[in-house]
Amino acid sequence: MNFIDPRSIYALWRRDVTRFVRTPSRIIGSISMPLLFLVFLGFGFSDAAIPGLPADVDYLQYLVPGMVGFTMLFGSSFAGLSILSDQDVGFLKEILVAPVSRTSIVLGRIAGGSTTALVQALLILVLSVPLGFRFDSLLLLPLAAVFLVLIAVTFVGFGVALASQFSDSEGFGLIIQFVIFPLFFLSGALYPVESLPDPVQILAFMNPLTYGVDGLRAVLVGSAAYPLFLDFGALVVSSVLMVAIGTYLFERVEAV
Amino acid sequence: MVAIQVERLSKTFGETTAVDDLSFRVDDGELFGLLGPNGAGKSTLINMLVTLLRPSSGTATVNGHDIIEETAAVRNSLGIVFQEPALDEELTGEENLTFHAQLYGQHKADREERIDEVFELVGLEAERDDPVGSYSGGMKRRLEIGRGLLHEPSVLFLDEPTVGLDARTRRDTWEYIQRMNDEAGVSIVLTTHYIEEAEQLCDRVAVVDDGEIAAIDTPSALKDSLGGDVVILEVDGPLSSFCSRLDACPWVMEYATSPAQVRITVEHGETRIADLVRLADETGVAIASVDIHKPNLETVFLSLTGATIAERESNTPSDANDSALEGTRSSKTADQRASTTSVEDDE
Repeated sequence: MNFIDPRSIYALWRRDVTRFVRTPSRIIGSISMPLLFLVFLGFGFSDAAIPGLPADVDYLQYLVPGMVGFTMLFGSSFAGLSILSDQDVGFLKEILVAPVSRTSIVLGRIAGGSTTALVQALLILVLSVPLGFRFDSLLLLPLAAVFLVLIAVTFVGFGVALASQFSDSEGFGLIIQFVIFPLFFLSGALYPVESLPDPVQILAFMNPLTYGVDGLRAVLVGSAAYPLFLDFGALVVSSVLMVAIGTYLFERVEAV
Repeated sequence: MVAIQVERLSKTFGETTAVDDLSFRVDDGELFGLLGPNGAGKSTLINMLVTLLRPSSGTATVNGHDIIEETAAVRNSLGIVFQEPALDEELTGEENLTFHAQLYGQHKADREERIDEVFELVGLEAERDDPVGSYSGGMKRRLEIGRGLLHEPSVLFLDEPTVGLDARTRRDTWEYIQRMNDEAGVSIVLTTHYIEEAEQLCDRVAVVDDGEIAAIDTPSALKDSLGGDVVILEVDGPLSSFCSRLDACPWVMEYATSPAQVRITVEHGETRIADLVRLADETGVAIASVDIHKPNLETVFLSLTGATIAERESNTPSDANDSALEGTRSSKTADQRASTTSVEDDE
C-alpha cells in the first residue's frame, strides 16, 4: 500500500472525468448558475456606480473573474463533497476496502475534481467573450491556469474535509447555504471587499477565494487589489493546508 | 492451509457487544456460512475481517496475514461483495471492473485478459458496455461477485449475497457461488439469514446468535445433532397400549403425546411409517394423518438458541433491503414455526 499510488489516483481521476463527460445535463447545470449571474448582474449593473470599483474597469470586466472563481468554488467543493454521494450509494466501501492509501484516494479525488471544475471555469471564461469580456493579455492566460488549479486544489480539499464530518448527503443543503454561499459573497467576486464593514472584511481576508478572485482579476483584466505574489502565496498556503486537513480528516472516516 | 483463523475476536460499540470473543477457522477452498438473524453481528465480523473495522480485542488472519498489522496484504488477499450494492451505476460494467483492477494494481495487459475472463465467468459478456444502472438486481450481484474475484483473491466474502433478490435469481446466484467455489477454488465466507442458503450452499455452517457462535459443523451434522426425524400422527382412540408398544421399540428414540397427537422421534422417518401405522392398528388407534418433519437448520437454530431466526429478527429493526421479501418470508416462517413447535415439545 504505497503512500502515493499513481495508478489508483489515475483510476479515481478517470472515473470522475468519465462521469462528468457522460452527463451533459450535469455540465449544463453546473455552469448555468454562474452564467445567469454573469448575464443578469453584468448587464443589470453595467451602468451602476459600484463603490470601490477601479475607474478604468467596467462592471462586466470586474465580474467575469469573480464568476470564474465562483464556478471553481462550487465545482471543486462539490467534487470534494461527492464522497458523501459515494457513501450514499455504497461505492465508497468499494474504494476504502481496496489496498490503496487514504492519501492516494484524496489525491485522486482532487485530481478528478480539479479537472472537472477547471473545464467548467474555462467554459464560463469562453462564454463571457460573446458577452463583451475582453482579456487584458492572452499571454497571461497560463498564469490564470495556475490560479485556477490552486483554487481547485484548495476547495476540493475543503470539500473532502467537510464531507468527512458528515455520514450522508443529508447535510448538503446546509453546507451550500451556510458555507459555500458565504464564501462566495465574502470573496470580492461581486463587489470589492473594501465595501464590506470592517469586521466582515476580516472574514473576507481569511477566505482563500478572495485571493483567488483577486489573482484571476490581476491576470485576466489587469486590475487587482493586492500584489500578485500575495495572492499566489496565500493560495499556495491554503491549498497545502486544505489538502493536509482533508487527508487528515478523511483518514479518520469510518468505512462502515 | 488455513484461509481464515479467528482468535478471540470481539467488537463493542459503546455498551453493545456486537461480536463476542469469537474463535474459529476456515480451511482453504471451503464454502463457509455464518447463519444468524440480522443484528447477530455477522456483518460486523466480516467488516473486521476485511479491515474496514478495527477489532476491540483479539485478532484474525486472512490467508496468513494479520488483519490489524498487515492490512495491505489482507486487502490484496480478499474479495468482498457487500450487503448493499457497491457499484458505480453511471459507469459501464467494464468500467467498474477496470476501476477495481487499477485500484488493486493490475497492469493493463493482465487486466484486460482478466476482465474478459470475469465477464465470461459471470455470463455478462453481452452487457459489459452497458451502464450498470440498466442492470437487473441479479446482474448487478453477478457483476459484484465477478468483481470480487477479479484480482484473484484467496478468500471471497459475501455479505448476505441474495438479500433483495427474487426466488429465481437467488437460486441462480447460489449456482454461481457454488461454481466460483468449485472452479476458481476460492474459499468463500458468506453470511446469511436464509436457512436454505446455508443448507444448500455451505460445506460448514457457524450458527451465530447475539455475537456468539452457538455451533459450527456441516449442515448434516448439525441436523443429526437433533437426533432424527419427527413423525407426527394425528390420532383417535386410547393411547396407553400404543405407547407401551412404542416403549418396547428400539428404533423409537423418544416420543411425546397430547390427546389427539403423537410425536415420535426416529431416524429415517420415512422407513418407519409402515411400522407405526401397523402398531397403531394393532393397538386400536385410528390414524387421521401422518406427517414427517425432517430436521433443518431452522430447527437447529431453534434448539440452540430457543427462538427461530424470524423471531430473533422481529426484535431488531428489519433491514430496509428486506422489505421486498418480507411478504414471502413471513408466510414461510409461519410454516416453519408450525413444524418446529412439535420438535420443541419433544425435548
